[in-house]
This record gives sequence, structure tokens and C-alpha cells, in this order.
Amino acid sequence: MSGRQLANSHLGSLEYDPAPESAAIAKVKPEYGLFIDGEFSDAESHEQFATVNPANEESLSMVAQAGAVDVDRAVGSARRAYDKVWSKTTGAQRSKYLFRIARLIQERSRELAVVETLDNGKPIRESRDVDIPLAAAHFFYYAGWADKLDYAGFGVDPQPLGVAGQIIPWNFPLLMAAWKLAPALAAGNTCVLKPAETTPLSALVLAEILEQAELPPGVVNIITGDGSTGAALVDHPDVDKIAFTGSTEVGRLIQQRTAASHKHLTLELGGKGANIVFDDAPIDEMIEGIIDGIFFNQGHVCCAGSRLLVQESVADEVLRRLVRRVEQLRVGDPLDKNTDVGAINSAAQLLRIRELTAFGESEGATRYTSSCELPQKGYWFAPTVFADVAQSHRIAREEIFGPVLSVLTFRTPEEAVAKANNTNYGLACGVWSEKGSRTLWVAERLRAGVIWANTYNRFDPTSPFGGMRESGFGREGGRHGLEAYLDV
Amino acid sequence: MSDRLDVRKTYKLLINGAFPRSESGRSYEVTSAKGSFLANVAQGSRKDVRDAVTAARGAQSKWWNATAYNRGQVLYRLAEMAESRRDELAQHVALADGVNARTSQKTVSASIDRMVWYAGWTDKIAQVLGGTNPVAGPFFNFSIPVPSGVVGVISVQESSLLGFVDAVLAPICAGNTVVALASEARPTPAVLLGEMTASSDFPAGVLNIVTGFTGELAPVLAAHEDVDGIDLAGAALETVDELAALGAGSIKRVYRPLGKEDDPSIRRVRAFVETSTVWHTIGQ
Repeated sequence: MSGRQLANSHLGSLEYDPAPESAAIAKVKPEYGLFIDGEFSDAESHEQFATVNPANEESLSMVAQAGAVDVDRAVGSARRAYDKVWSKTTGAQRSKYLFRIARLIQERSRELAVVETLDNGKPIRESRDVDIPLAAAHFFYYAGWADKLDYAGFGVDPQPLGVAGQIIPWNFPLLMAAWKLAPALAAGNTCVLKPAETTPLSALVLAEILEQAELPPGVVNIITGDGSTGAALVDHPDVDKIAFTGSTEVGRLIQQRTAASHKHLTLELGGKGANIVFDDAPIDEMIEGIIDGIFFNQGHVCCAGSRLLVQESVADEVLRRLVRRVEQLRVGDPLDKNTDVGAINSAAQLLRIRELTAFGESEGATRYTSSCELPQKGYWFAPTVFADVAQSHRIAREEIFGPVLSVLTFRTPEEAVAKANNTNYGLACGVWSEKGSRTLWVAERLRAGVIWANTYNRFDPTSPFGGMRESGFGREGGRHGLEAYLDV
Repeated sequence: MSDRLDVRKTYKLLINGAFPRSESGRSYEVTSAKGSFLANVAQGSRKDVRDAVTAARGAQSKWWNATAYNRGQVLYRLAEMAESRRDELAQHVALADGVNARTSQKTVSASIDRMVWYAGWTDKIAQVLGGTNPVAGPFFNFSIPVPSGVVGVISVQESSLLGFVDAVLAPICAGNTVVALASEARPTPAVLLGEMTASSDFPAGVLNIVTGFTGELAPVLAAHEDVDGIDLAGAALETVDELAALGAGSIKRVYRPLGKEDDPSIRRVRAFVETSTVWHTIGQ
């Protein structure tokens, strides 16, 4: 009996009718310029590139490709705004600008959710319930810090760094923009933000929101482009701070390129999160948590629980139930409100997922892939679980950044900790157990910046997020998140 | 000039989200600072104070169990309401405090900014006042600030709006609920602010306002067994020690302001939070 037949035998013909959100709500414009000094303008070269809906490969809009000249203009604008306006703006005033931005995001949340889903491929349920509300919440939270920096624990009257260059990834486009901009502005910096090449649109809507908030020109500049744009920003001599979220590979390059400069640096990089399941864990919640931990956002999550470490005594049952649950995931149209797993963000990412999963099979792991039908057009990858994975396998060591789970087993808590820490990364881990003392014992020993107990993939503006080891340094969120933008 | 007669407002109490007259049926004449008639304001009774305490107690756990984020949103919503009705507030302040339009507008601005200040505190109090404690043993030990409960506020007499806003929102942002006695001679700005909370998603009972004679009502509030803390800002100097002593009956947290307190701070927040420490074992 295949997994699908198994699922259907329990659920009969329990299918959902399509419930698509309208793409028209996004009001995507045919083209967008660079947002510099409070205005949209063309790139100096007039070069543009298309941003594509990964669910159907259709072009959504044309955006400007910022070159070195444009980067220089954006940094100059941020510097002027810092010197003339923002550094003289009181914390209470900055606070009120940030509150305005938060409210405007809330007001335009439906539009933003659809924009995000169109551009990124993530299910509308996630952009609507996670990305956009959390982005607004981040601005709300840091709005409250702007006039309370003296209380943040960094001494009296902590000062900003100056001009921050911020480079963000494509997996949570607007949320990552909020994570970067909100603390930077609260602390008194001005910003040049570069959204990811494949997901620029929500940041450009955010630029419109900044206009509606009447944020002074130049305080935030948003420039679109590819890796060369990011490199020009990193290399610009008048940037005081680089904040980067993305791959460890690129993070390493950025650290090298800024090593001999005055630039402050924070990096939020890759991960290979271990989700550790003890035999006393409540099984229903745990299965849902594992599923959410790896298939949330198609697994395009740096803290994804991509390694499942399950105690041997319950391994067979956990695997059986996981495979059954994977069959039930609804994969397809991201705009459909019932969709669980959407499109892979780009052809390049799909290729990488395919390559790494091919290694999974050739290295001897056992593959279970959902028999779901995949759409003809667009970039898709069916949810996949690998069992019988060894620690030496590439699928246990390398970040796949896709809907692929590797299952390993352990016997004792010591072994679970050893295996969980057997990685160069150190971003996030999960622990599933009813025994609080053991959870804390394990948590103390895990080398990870975030540890979730009996839950996974929780985010909150008050809670610091970030990595250890090759997952980067610096924290975003919480009181700690201010440190990344203060000269302390 | 139009010869239209204006419709004047009845200034009532705010108890449990409703606007009753005093159960006693009493009212007292409030005049502007210049002596002209403003309103016959409800003169609250001991029973009104007790009803307000009951309402505050009933609302407290719900208010505290709301997320800090949600409480911040509610306080920020009040700032939005106040901003959109700032001219009305300024008129009230100008009449009550006897200041010119410019000064009253400044007071209103400072009061709204103070609302924003406290809106931002709700989800930061725990991060500033709480933390983990590295005890010498296999324990995970952390301390979190929790609200004292129901706080009685004897609002400062001279600052009809800013003083009121500061005194009531500090405990509220920390998760307390409040019974406030408005300034006796200048109650109308506080009453107006209470009306604004009705359109700001404030759950009923979080802020209760009793107008009336401070000398009559303050001892009732200070002595009430179900009040956990009291802010004595507006008590007459010669009664402060006596009220503080009354508060000792139920071991109240007593806040006595240090002179003029114009700048935003968290002293009033700290005054009405408790520290709750949790020990949890660590082991396989």
C-alpha cells in the first residue's frame, strides 16, 4: 500500500475545493525603481531584471538592477540623512515613526501577504499568518525601544553606528526587512537595504509605506539587484555596519571582505537544526512539530529542523506516522488558502535540492517522497523524508534548504547531544519530551542559538534569534537585537 | 455667531466599562480655573469606590493574561484616539488648568507621547526587570516581573491630564488594573480620557475612574482590603502619612512621588510589579 493509498483509506475522499486568494489584491506594478533619498528612480544604467512568480514562472514585474554608482548614491543619501536629520531626531520621534510603519503594515497586510506569496512561492496561509503580522510586530516592538535605549543594558545614552548596509534573503522577504530595519532605526542608524534578487517586491511596497509614514528621505534606502549589488554595498567605504542574512558561504566572503575595515558585522547564516525526539514525547504534537519544523516555508528556513534525531525505541512508529503525515500535506498553488507546501523559490534552489537528495539515495539512505501531484509549470519539489541516514551522509551535514528531512536515531541523551552538535552549524534545535528537567539538561549542552522545547519554528520580536559557530554571530530580536546597531 | 445652543456633556464615572452617575446621586460643581461654571460632575461615594475595585479585580487576570504585545496595542490605540481628539483634550486642559491654548496643546502632546512611552513598555518590562539567575546547582532559575494586581491611584491635583495619564498608565502597562480618583477640582480631562478608553479596545474594568472629593474617597481606597497598591501622588500633604499607614492594613505597595515627575521614567512601573522566581530542575 502506498502512502497515498494509506492516507486515503483513512480519509476517504476528503479533498478541499480550491480557495484561492486573488492575485489582483497585490496591485503589483509593471516596474519598480530604486528607492533612494525618498524617491523611486531608475538605475544609472537603466538596467532592469524580471522578478518571477516561482509557482508558474511568469514575470511579475521589472525591477532595477543597482550598480556601484547607485549603491554609492544610496549610501550617500543614508549618510546625509544620518548627519542632517536622523542623528538629531529624538528617540521619542523615532519611536513614533516606527509605530506608524507598524500600523501601515497592519493596514496593508492583505496586500503584502499576496505580494509575498506571488514573489516567493510560500503558501498564503503562512504569509498571511506569519510573515506579515510578525513584520508589523517587529516594528511595534522596536518602536518601543527607540525612546528607552538607556534601559536596554548597554549603558547610558548608547550611540548608533551610523549607516547600516543590510542584505537580506529570499525566504522571508518582508520579515527579514523588518528584522533589519526596525532595530537599526530604533537605535538611530540610517539604512541601505538590499532585498534578495528573487524576492524584491514586498520591500518595494515597504518603500511606499515609508513614504506614507513620512519617514525623512534617505533614512531608509532600498536598492534591488543581484549579488554584485550586495558586494558593492559590503565594499562601500562609507558604510559603518553590515548586517547579512543568507548562506554561510556568502557570509564567510563578507567577513573576509570586511575584516580589514572599520565595519561592524553581524551574520545570520545557515543551519542544520536537530529536532531531538525522546520516547516520552506526546506523539501527536511531536509529529506535527516535526512536520512544521521542516516543511514550513518549503523548508526554506535557516533554522529548519532538517535533522530528526529520534530515540530508537520509538523510531519505527515515528517514521511510520511521519510518512503518513507527509502524504497528507497539500502541495500546490501558493495562493490557495488550503495549501501547506508551496513552490520552491527559484530554479537554482530547486537544482540544489535535487542534487543533494540524489546524494541521499546514492549514499544509502531510504527515501520516502510524497506521491502528491506537482503542477506542470513552476518550481516544485515533493516533500521528502530520508530514513537510515548516517551522520557522515551529505544530507545530514549540508543545508538543503528545501522540504527534505533526514532521520537519524539515538539511544541516550548524551548520544542525542553529541549527534545534534556534530555539525559546523549552530542555529536552532528542538527537544521533544514531557520531562522538563531532561529538556533543560539537553538544552544546556546544545550548541545552538535557539532551542525550542515541545514546539518548533516559533518567532517573536521580543525573542533574540541568531546562531553560534558557522551559523553566524549577532542576534536579531529582543533587547539583544539592539546591540547589533549600537556602538557599545 | 450662531445662536445655536450647544449640547453639554454630563461628566460621569467610569466603572467596569460603563459610565454611571454616582450611586449616591450626588454631584458637585466644577468650575474652570477662572471660576466660571464647567459642569456638575458626579460626586463618587465609598460604594462607587468599592464597585470600581470589584470591577478592577474582575478585569485583572484577563488583562494580565493578554499578551504583552496586545496590551501594547491597546495603549497605542489610546494614543491614536487622543491624538485624533487632541483639540477637545486641549480645551478641557485649558479650562481646567487655566492655561493658554499653546500650553494646553503642549500638555496634550506630552500626554499622548507618554501614552506611546508606556505602550512601548508592555513587552519590555520583563526584559529589563527580569532575568535568569545562575544558582549554584542543577537548576534553571529565572525571575519574571508580574503585576501587583489592583492599583489605586490618587491622581495629582494640579496636572489634570499629564499627571493622570502617567499615574494610571504605568501600572496598567505592567498588567495591573486601576481605580483612579481624578483631580478633585480639575476632573474633566480625566473623564474625557476615560471616555476615549471606551473606543480604544480597553477591556472593561482595566481603568476605572471615580470623581469626587479626594479627602472622602482616598481613605476608602487606601484602606480597601482588595487593593494591592496605591499611588499617593494627589493626596494632600498632611494626609499622605495617614493614607500610607492605612495601606499597611493589607500590606499595600505604596508609591509616594519624589516631587515633580515630569519626565518619563519607569519608577511608577517598578512600584507596582512583583518579582516571581521559578526554579526548575535540570537533569537527565
